[in-house]
Amino acid sequence: MSDFTFLASAGEPVSRTPLYVLLVYMGLLLALGVLSSRFFRGTSKDYFVASQSIGSFMLLMSVFGTTMTGFALVGSSGKAFSQGIGTYGLMASWSGLIHSAVFFAIGIKLWSFGKKYGYVTQIQFFRDRFDSKQLGYLLFPILVLLIIPYLLVGLISVMKVVQPITSGMFPDTFALPDKVLPNGKSIPHPLSGGVPGWLSGLVVSTVVLFYVFFGGVRSAVWANTFQTVVFMITGIVAFYMIADKLGGVASAADVVKNHAPEKLIREGSIGDWHFFSYLLIPLSVGMFPHLFQHWLTAKNAKSFRLTVIAHPICIAIVWVPCILIGIWAAGLYAAGDLRIPPLPGGGPNANAALATMVRTLVENPLLSGLLMSGILAAIMSSLDSQFVCLGTMFTNDVVVAAMGKDKYSDRQLIFLSRAFIVGIVLVSYFMALYLQGSSVFSLGVWCFSGFAALFPLVFAAVYWKRASLGGAVGCILATLFSWCYFFYQDIFLDAGAGHGEYLVQGVMPVTFVFLASSAGMILGSLLTEPPSRETLKKFFPTLS
Amino acid sequence: MIDTQSSSGSKLVWVFFLLLFFAHQDFWLWSDDSLVLGFLPMGLAYHALFSVACSCLWAFACFRSWPEKLEQWADEAVDPDDNRSAS
Repeated sequence: MSDFTFLASAGEPVSRTPLYVLLVYMGLLLALGVLSSRFFRGTSKDYFVASQSIGSFMLLMSVFGTTMTGFALVGSSGKAFSQGIGTYGLMASWSGLIHSAVFFAIGIKLWSFGKKYGYVTQIQFFRDRFDSKQLGYLLFPILVLLIIPYLLVGLISVMKVVQPITSGMFPDTFALPDKVLPNGKSIPHPLSGGVPGWLSGLVVSTVVLFYVFFGGVRSAVWANTFQTVVFMITGIVAFYMIADKLGGVASAADVVKNHAPEKLIREGSIGDWHFFSYLLIPLSVGMFPHLFQHWLTAKNAKSFRLTVIAHPICIAIVWVPCILIGIWAAGLYAAGDLRIPPLPGGGPNANAALATMVRTLVENPLLSGLLMSGILAAIMSSLDSQFVCLGTMFTNDVVVAAMGKDKYSDRQLIFLSRAFIVGIVLVSYFMALYLQGSSVFSLGVWCFSGFAALFPLVFAAVYWKRASLGGAVGCILATLFSWCYFFYQDIFLDAGAGHGEYLVQGVMPVTFVFLASSAGMILGSLLTEPPSRETLKKFFPTLS
Repeated sequence: MIDTQSSSGSKLVWVFFLLLFFAHQDFWLWSDDSLVLGFLPMGLAYHALFSVACSCLWAFACFRSWPEKLEQWADEAVDPDDNRSAS
C-alpha cells in the first residue's frame, strides 16, 4: 500500500450534484443548437459547409475538437494505465507532426478545389479528379463502414465514463449484483447504482442529434468550439485536483516509481518498430470525411494557419495530463489503493481508469460534474461532426448523384440528410450497446488504420498527375481486402491474444494495409490509361 | 499542382520535418526512468517538447512557404472549360 487509499465507495451516500451539473450542460448545448439555427440561411450550402464562413479560431477549435474524441481522453489514459508513458509517443507526438503536415500539404489544396468547384464532400472531389461517377458508389459504403467504428468509440466511451462516475447515485434503480472474487469472497459491484450505458448513450445521442438536426455543420462548429474550450479547461482542472489530492505531482509520481516503475519507461512494453509504425495512424486525418467537411467551412486559406500551428500544442495540452493520470492510476492500483471496475475476465478495465480517478479523487461534487461534462464534451464534439458528415455524404454522393441536381429542392435535400442522420444514430446506438465491452483504443486504432490506408488515394489525387481511375480503384480494393483480412485475424481469431496488441512481424497491421493500398494505386495507375488533359488542367493548373 | 513559390523555404520546412521525423524515435531514452522537475517522466517530457517543436516547425512553414498563389487561384472564377463534372 502507498500513503493513499481510495477504496471506500460502495454503501456510502453519493451526491447527485455531478449529474445535475451534467444535465445543465446538456441544456446549454440544446440552447446553443437553437441559437445557431437562427443563423441558418435555409440553403443546403449553409447546412453542409456553413456557407464557407468559419474563421481561424473556430476552425482550430472545430478541427481539434473533432480529432480529439473519447479515444483521446478515455483511450489515452486507459492505454497509459496498461502500457505506460509510451502511449504519448505512439499517438500524440506523431499526430502533432503528421496531422499538421496533412493540414498543410493536403487540407489547403482540398479547400482550394472545394472553393473553386463547389464541392461539399470528398467523394465529389474524387469523382471529378478520377472522372468517374461509379467511383463514388464504391467509396461511399467503405467510408461509412470505416466511420461507424469511430462513432462507436464515442458512444462506448460515454457509456464507460458515466457509469463509474455516477455509481452509487441510484442504489435502488440501477442496482447490480455483488461481484464474487476468485477467493469466493463477495464485494459490492463498483458500478452499482450508476447510470447504465444504455441510458447515458441514449441521452448523449439525442442531444447531439438535436443540435445538428437544426443547424447542420454550423451548429456542429459552434458546439465544437464551445465543447473544445470546456474539455481543455476541465482537463487542466481535473489534473490539478487529482494531483492535489495525491499530495502534489511529485508525490503522485513517487507512487508510480515505487509500485509500477515499468509505466515510466517504454523499454519492455513497446518494440522499436511497433513504436515507429504508429506514424501511419495519424495519416488517417487526410481521409476523414468529416474533417474534409470542416476544411471546406473555412472562410479563406489563411484561416488554416492557426490550425496548422496550434494543433500540436493543443494535443499536448490534452494528452500530457491524461497520460499522467493514467500512470498515476496504475501506480495506485498496483499499490492496492485504487479499485478499478473489473472486466468480465477479472482484470481491471483500463478504459475506466480516468472516470475512476475523477470519481474517487475529486471530492467536490460540483467540480466532479464539470469534469464529467468536460469528458463528454470531447466525445460529443466528434460525434456531431461525424453525424452531419454522414448525412451530407448520403444526400450529395448517393441521392443527388443518382437522381440529378435538379430533382430535389434545397429543403428536400436537408430533409433527406436529417433522415439519414437519424438512421445512423439509431444503428450506432444499438451497435454500441452490443459492443460495450470492447477496447476503445483498439476500436479507434482499427478505424484510423482503415482511413490511413486510404491516404495514398488522396495524396496521389493531389500530387501525382499519372494517378488514374485504375489506380484509385486498385488502392480502394487493396485497402478493403487487406484491412478486412487483418481485422478478421485480430477481432475474430484473436491473433493478438496474450501480446497486448495485434502486431504482424513486430509492426502495426496498418503498415501492410498501407503498403498494399500504395501498391494498388501505383500499379493500377501505371497499367491503365492516364487521366485526360482536361482533368489535368483542372486539378494541376500552372500558378502564376 | 505546380506551386512555384518559396522553394527554398519549402525545402527547409521538409528538412526540419525529416529531422523531427527521426528525432521522434528517441531510442536513447527508452529505459530512462528519471523524472524531470520531480514529476514528469523523461520520455514523456521529451515528447511534450517534441510537440512544441512541431508547432515551431509549422509556424515556420506558414510564414516561409505559404501557398499564396493557390489561394488566389481558388478565388478566381471557374474557367468554363473546367466546369464539367462527374458528380
